[in-house]
Parts: sequence; structure tokens; C-alpha cells
Amino acid sequence: MGDKFLGYRRENGSVGVRNLIAIIPSVFCSAKVAQRIAQSIPNAVHFSHPVGCSQVGEDLEITAKTLIGVGRNPNFAGVVVVGLGCERFTPAELAQGIASTGKMLETVVIQDVGDSIAAIDKGTRYARAMQQKASLQRREECDVNELMIGLNCGGSDTTSGLIANPALGIASDKLVAQGGSSILTELTELIGTEHILARRAINEEVAADILKAIRTMEERLKRQTQNSSNEKRKNLISTGNFDGGLSSVVEKSLGGMKKSGNAQFVEVFKYGNAPTKKGLLLLDGPGHDGEVTTGQVAAGAQIICFPTGRGTPSGFPGVPVIKITGNPRTYERMKENIDINAGAVITGEKSLQQAGEEIYQEIIAVASGKMSKAEVLGHDEQFCIWRMPD
Amino acid sequence: MSELVFSSISGKKTALTLDPTDNVGVALADLAAGEVCTVIEDNGNEYEIGVIDNIPFGHKFALADFEKNQAVIKYGEEIGKMKESIQKGGWIHNHNMYCDRGMK
Repeated sequence: MGDKFLGYRRENGSVGVRNLIAIIPSVFCSAKVAQRIAQSIPNAVHFSHPVGCSQVGEDLEITAKTLIGVGRNPNFAGVVVVGLGCERFTPAELAQGIASTGKMLETVVIQDVGDSIAAIDKGTRYARAMQQKASLQRREECDVNELMIGLNCGGSDTTSGLIANPALGIASDKLVAQGGSSILTELTELIGTEHILARRAINEEVAADILKAIRTMEERLKRQTQNSSNEKRKNLISTGNFDGGLSSVVEKSLGGMKKSGNAQFVEVFKYGNAPTKKGLLLLDGPGHDGEVTTGQVAAGAQIICFPTGRGTPSGFPGVPVIKITGNPRTYERMKENIDINAGAVITGEKSLQQAGEEIYQEIIAVASGKMSKAEVLGHDEQFCIWRMPD
Repeated sequence: MSELVFSSISGKKTALTLDPTDNVGVALADLAAGEVCTVIEDNGNEYEIGVIDNIPFGHKFALADFEKNQAVIKYGEEIGKMKESIQKGGWIHNHNMYCDRGMK
């Protein structure tokens, strides 16, 4: 028997850690209407984005799957899809993708109802009804094997790879050992360590997937740096990294990888998709904080764990982000933004093991309803869909 | 960041190893050549070692003598090899370490 938390059981059996209404535009043209609907009622969040039209191929497919995945995330009890009416990614396709979850779902199309004022009116009425119904649901005891956390570090410094990431890795291992899931992404930050990651695969097939995903990412980056005008933009390791004591990309990547502890990888899955297995997962995606966490939320992550050495306040709409720093000075300066001070390891007040346990307990508390600091302060800037550059 | 702040908070100067097989320590304070620091192993064991170079906070030093082309192990993995031999307590960074993997 694993540890328990208090969550919201959804119609399809998945468990949310929040009970919110999501207002999702299918295209950038309906973003403001979605925002206004969300502002009209409490406990609603909107997902404004700059895409959904004039895209083709895999780029449009990633946009479509990601928006559908966000709508399917169990933190949302209901979804209002807001379309314009002529976009390439249709509101009907978005709604259809979400429908099989069985959650409350309505669609408003601006060109069908008349104008933006009418669309805001109609969407607000839908959201009002959903919210009232959602308010009747109570949290119930759930096993931690229902939890999926996303791992992402940003604003890193020397302490990230040394303290915060290894501490988070201890927490991630503890969750995974009890049947829960944890997602590592940031493939651009793993280049040079693919042979090490592949050794941690549960079987040869997953090992091959890891090697292929990272090789493909490295080739993409190399294509982007071929043009001589980009010569000074081609290194993955920065002057700041060297100053901080990192001597190679491998060393830097190992520090990033430490977020995922020592567990075995059970699956590699594509951006915009949800995994088919539980356990430690590798999401084939980029290194940008927002693009990473958006892919993780679209995969079903209910919580994001975010180590930051220099300190960043960003959060995600409707999904709690737990900030962890390994730098005691950053914690002192940014106490209002950072949840866990793993810097206590540097100041000799805690062991790495204790810091890891503290992070794990915070995950359980936040899953059961405790708001993270980013949530309380309304930070929601991480929602950001990955664009395929080529 | 001010590394000196960290060392004054902890009272003693420390360094970390992240895996039992690591042959480098990572300084958790600025260390001056000739200074002795306490190495805290990943299992919590502690021992003392003197450094022979200035080691800035977050940088690595040799826990034993290294030969040329010997692998540098951190996190239990090879992060590069030595361009030259170096004595125990010496500073290891990209001036004396190389790595052929990854986008440098």
C-alpha cells in the first residue's frame, strides 16, 4: 500500500488535484473571449496561445494534440472550448478530443453566436453552470500511484545540479517506487548523456527510443547552427556554466538528469501525447520551461516540480508548480516565490536525503489541496505550446 | 552569487561527493590553496582533505592523484578526461579536462 492524498476522482477514473474549469481557445483569434469568460467566474483558468491557424503538418498536429491534452487533464472538472469558426484547428476537433474523458464540456463559436460580446455571454453561462456542479464534488482518498509529476528546471545555477535536482530525484524515486509517474523532458539539456540515460531504460526497446529521441534533437540543433551567422549561438554550454564550475556538456546534462533520480525509464513518448505506462517517463520535447511544462500537463501531469537556482516566479494555469531552490541566498531573496529551500543542504542544516523527503511531502500536501506559492500569486505564464522549427 | 555567504553560514568549509565512485569533490565554499575542507560523501560520511589550488564555490577538485587521460567521475559517471596529470587536491576544470561528447 502506498501513501495517500486527497484528490478529485473524474468520470474516467483519473484523479485531479484541483477542481477547476478550463476555458480553451482553439485559435489565437478567440483568446480574448476565453480570457474574459475565465475572468467572469472564480476557479476558472484560460489558455490563451498564439497558434491554431496558418500551420501545417507536425507543427499543427502538436498544437492540436497539446490543446486536447490540456483539456483532458484531470485538474479540470469541465472545459469550455472557444472557437472563432474558420480556423484550421476546428473547435469541434478540440471538443471531440476532450469528450471521451466524460467531463463537462461545451463549445462556443464566435462566428456562430454573432460577436465577441455574445460569445463571452454564452461561454460565461456554460462556465457558471459547470462551476456550480463541480463545487459539489468532494476530495476523496486516492493512492499516490494516481499522481503524475512533471520535472523541469529553469533559471539554473551551480546549486541546481548539485543540490535541488538530486533532492528532487530522491522525491521522484519515492513516488515512482509506489507506482506513481514522473516525467523528465528537456532533451536539449540531456545531449551527451544519452548513453547513460539508455542504461537506465527498462528494456532494449526503450533504450533505443531514448537514443533516437536525443540524437534527433541533437541533429535538429546542429541544423540550426549550420548557418555561419549563427556561429556564436552553437554551444549548449554557456560562459555562465563554465564560471559556475561546469566543465563539459556531459557534466551539465548529468546535473539536469538528476531530477529523475535513479529509477528506470519505462517509456519515451511524443510531445502532445499521453504516456501508456506508469513510472519514470521521458517526454520527447524541448528545453524551454513553458514548452516543457505544457507538454507535461498535456500528458496528464497534475503537479509540476521546478528546481530553480537563480529563482523564477513562473507558474501554470490550473496546475500547481512547486519551486525548489538549492541556493540558500536565492531562497532568502525570493521566499515569496519559492516553496522549498533545499539550500539548507549547503548551509549544513539538512542532508540531501532530508531535502528529498521534504519535497516528497510537499508534493503530497499540494496534491491534497495546499496551494503552491506560484498558485497563490496567480502566476500562469508557463502555458506555451512547442512549435516545430523544421 | 556570493559564495562567501554560504561558507560563513555553515561555519566550516565543506565539499560534496554525489556518488560513491566519484573521484572529484565539489566545493560548497570558496577554498584557498592550502586550506583543509570537510568532504561530505553522498552517504553522509565525512573526511578532511587539503586543496592545493584555489577552488571557487561549485568547482571541482581531485580527491586523489590523476594521470593524463584518466576519467573524471562525478555523479558516478565520466564527465571527461584529464589533459594532464594532477595531484590530489588540485583544481579540475576545462583548462585541464576535456570531453568529446555532446555539443560543447
